Amino acid sequence: MELSLTVNGQAHSVDVEPRTLLVHLLREHLGLTGTHVGCETGYCGACTVHLDGAPVKSCTMLAVQAAGSAVTTIEGLGNGDLHPVQEGFWERHGLQCGYCTPGMIMSTAGLLAENDSPTEAEIRHGIEGNLCRCTGYHNIVRAVEYAAARMRGDEPPAPDWEVQS
Amino acid sequence: MTTTTSALGGAIRRREDPALIRGRGRYVDDIKLPNETAAVFVRSPFARAKVLSIDTSEALATDGVLAVYTADDLGDLGPLIAQLSFLPRPLLNGDEVKHVGEAVAMVIGENRYVAQDGADAVFVDYEPLTPVIDLKDSLSDRQLVHTGSESNTILSWAGPFGAEPEAQQAVKDQIEAAKQRDDAVVVSQEMINQRLIPTAIEPRRVLAEWSSGYGSLNVWSSSQIPHALAGAIAVSLGLRSTKVRVVAPEVGGGFGAKLNVYNDEILVSWAARHLGRPVRWTETRREAANSTIHGRGWVGTATLVGTRDGEILGYDFEGIADMGAYTQNFTVAIPLLGLFVASGQYKMPTYWKIDCVATNTMTTDAYRGAGRPEAMYYIERIVDMYAREIGMDPAEVRRRNFIAKEAFPGAVSPAGFAMDTGDYAKNLDALLDSADYASLKAERDAARAEGRYVGVGLATYVEVCGFAPSGLADMGFNWANYGLPTAFNGSGLVRVNPDATATVVIGTGPTGQGHETTWAQIVSDRLGIPVDDITVKHGDTGDSPMGIGTFGSRSAAVDGSATYEAADRVRKKAAKLAAHLLEASEDDIVFADGGAHVAGSPESKVGWADIATVAYQVHKAPAGTEPGLESEVFFTPSNATWPFGSHLAMVEVDPETGNVEILRYITADDCGNVINPMIVHGQIHGGIVQGIGQALFEDAIYDSDGNLLTGSLVDYPIPTAGDVPSFELHGTVTPTDVNPMGVKGVGEAGTIGSAQTIVNAVVDALEPLGVKHIDMPLRPRRVWEAIQKARG
Repeated sequence: MELSLTVNGQAHSVDVEPRTLLVHLLREHLGLTGTHVGCETGYCGACTVHLDGAPVKSCTMLAVQAAGSAVTTIEGLGNGDLHPVQEGFWERHGLQCGYCTPGMIMSTAGLLAENDSPTEAEIRHGIEGNLCRCTGYHNIVRAVEYAAARMRGDEPPAPDWEVQS
Repeated sequence: MTTTTSALGGAIRRREDPALIRGRGRYVDDIKLPNETAAVFVRSPFARAKVLSIDTSEALATDGVLAVYTADDLGDLGPLIAQLSFLPRPLLNGDEVKHVGEAVAMVIGENRYVAQDGADAVFVDYEPLTPVIDLKDSLSDRQLVHTGSESNTILSWAGPFGAEPEAQQAVKDQIEAAKQRDDAVVVSQEMINQRLIPTAIEPRRVLAEWSSGYGSLNVWSSSQIPHALAGAIAVSLGLRSTKVRVVAPEVGGGFGAKLNVYNDEILVSWAARHLGRPVRWTETRREAANSTIHGRGWVGTATLVGTRDGEILGYDFEGIADMGAYTQNFTVAIPLLGLFVASGQYKMPTYWKIDCVATNTMTTDAYRGAGRPEAMYYIERIVDMYAREIGMDPAEVRRRNFIAKEAFPGAVSPAGFAMDTGDYAKNLDALLDSADYASLKAERDAARAEGRYVGVGLATYVEVCGFAPSGLADMGFNWANYGLPTAFNGSGLVRVNPDATATVVIGTGPTGQGHETTWAQIVSDRLGIPVDDITVKHGDTGDSPMGIGTFGSRSAAVDGSATYEAADRVRKKAAKLAAHLLEASEDDIVFADGGAHVAGSPESKVGWADIATVAYQVHKAPAGTEPGLESEVFFTPSNATWPFGSHLAMVEVDPETGNVEILRYITADDCGNVINPMIVHGQIHGGIVQGIGQALFEDAIYDSDGNLLTGSLVDYPIPTAGDVPSFELHGTVTPTDVNPMGVKGVGEAGTIGSAQTIVNAVVDALEPLGVKHIDMPLRPRRVWEAIQKARG
């Protein structure tokens, strides 16, 4: 079946099987492989993208459900420059293997769009739908704090590895 | 932080990250080949059953299905090999399946959707048989897992390691005699160290392409051991090793689960050759749960005897370890790794024995820590129980029984292993000082006085890492099965290019640990070439030196050392050439800032481009100079490394719900010298949370029929950001003497130290109720029930 949607600001019209998942449309039909698949229950969050501005899990959604919508993937975040959240993950070692990272960054961008000064508890609650097996979340929380500070125009706190010994 | 020229010890931002944070990294599933097909496996729903028949006709008639293979179709394909193969896994089982999830057929379709349609249309007629699931039941041999075998017990490991059975018995007798002393206190507890599912966020993926023109096979796999995989595929497919190239591109986490050669990797490779089209297999999360290896799975009784004043007189452990239905790469060696560290940081006589038994469940193998978290759990729980029993502070009991720092170098652990370096008391003091232990205990006591259940728990650990000494490779590890002559050697190649950049190619590769950054730092330190001008390549057997891969916290200590030596050899040659260009003595040459100068005269400098030009155009060099500016080194150290540390947790238990909240988590880890403190912190954080996952949440549960009840992330809850606190990391630095950088390895430290720290803290919190032990995972219901039981 034919469907139209906008992805990262670009209009697409694609012909897919009705049962095609949104994540497979993005990865296999549009070649946007930054969105990852880590499970099939929507639990891990590696497949998180923005649908009309809000984070959704693209592995538990049919492509046809996104017809007429605007999708933003990790490739479209930041419009060519690094988004402050991407910068935060780099500066504060918020990733190791990188597999959960695109989904984690998309969820974080959604969180900070709603709350520019989240507490640590709010950050932790806000990214609970995204699983990471490498970082233990500590440096992800620091990355989000860094990004929030940058987006507010504040100076981010010093990295832990300089403070702790 | 953004400096790009500092080397060892610098917290340099990772060079891996720009691609990964933009979604431009390349994992196996991001690589697309023309004309690809997809494989889906048909798996057993029974734990043990006879396969009576497999009807593939409807599957073959399904639109888009290209082939369906069963065991009968694999005539020319050799067996799945492993290093320690006692119960080899069939590639496809057409006879008697032995665990839920075992593969019986492989369907190839034009894409994954139609391949799944085909798999759904394969009809297998099974005759269910009674499975063996429980470890004690297995040990009894009441019923055999493998029809026709003599026993479910595959082998047993006992220690002191290397001692004759009579000498081991003598140690046991000595411990028994100690129990009879008038002042003896004996504590004993059976404890479960439950089975876990490794759960890398990227499940396994395999893509294979047969190149008929060249008679060669290209395989992309999310693997920790590409060289071993290439060797195994070559053996199974009857190819020369040079005709198989395996690439492990970005790997989305491993934790041991990808430290194996799997039947699917062999089958997909074989099918690609058979069909003449590329074949891709993409593991689902459910498959990752029931057909990728599990970890842990021990039950055992720890017994400790000591005096009333805190002197430990002996430690005895007897346990059973679950191997699952088949043995894979390291399966039976994992409990041996436990024996390595069985006596922890302590000096008491130690008797240790574990029986490795088969069950009708998925195979167990290396999961982060691999045998060491289990062994440390038992010793550290029982030492804590002993401290409680004699009413002495648990930190003090530990300190009184440490192997003294004066015993190093040359210390041999009571379990029978030579250790490298250690200073345990200093490390524990660093933890207690950083945590302000006395204040924490006062805080706990104040909370208790208010009726709150707050606990402080600590644990020390020692681990054994950097597996490499050539002699260790003789302990039954048959790398020759994979066509690998190099045992556990590390390897590294360093090349300075004519444009003053350097290429580093290593035999190991990362699954998230940041090798591209760390190795650039090592080479930058030796050559003075900026980190940004050094490219680190890995994971491609087509162009990397033979290497074993990443596991056992070994990469930096072993392959890092090889690279360090290779860079040193390049440096020596470059010094000669620079001396020639500067008309100076090579002893006076100093490398810095992207070039070389004479000591004391930084203004007279030659750049690396100048040196490389002379190296490649030797008519400009001193007569007899061999062209080129590179070195490849294989490295074997004199011993493994023995990192150590101390962890402390403060927790609060809600007596109404049984929920455990971690208030503080503080560590002092000692992994020797540190190459990149940012990366080391990250490794410790991640490791701690995997240990917390075992302590509080994770449990791979098979019911008595052998059904895996925890096959999805909904049923198998790994920690989320909301489940854990931020961590306070401190440490000491005790360099190893077995490699040139003094690094010990840190990949598993957090996991090896943390589970028992949490359980000790929870038991401390519940001490006013008299709770002495709760088996992991300490989920709210289990804790609540323990509270109810204690309250009567």
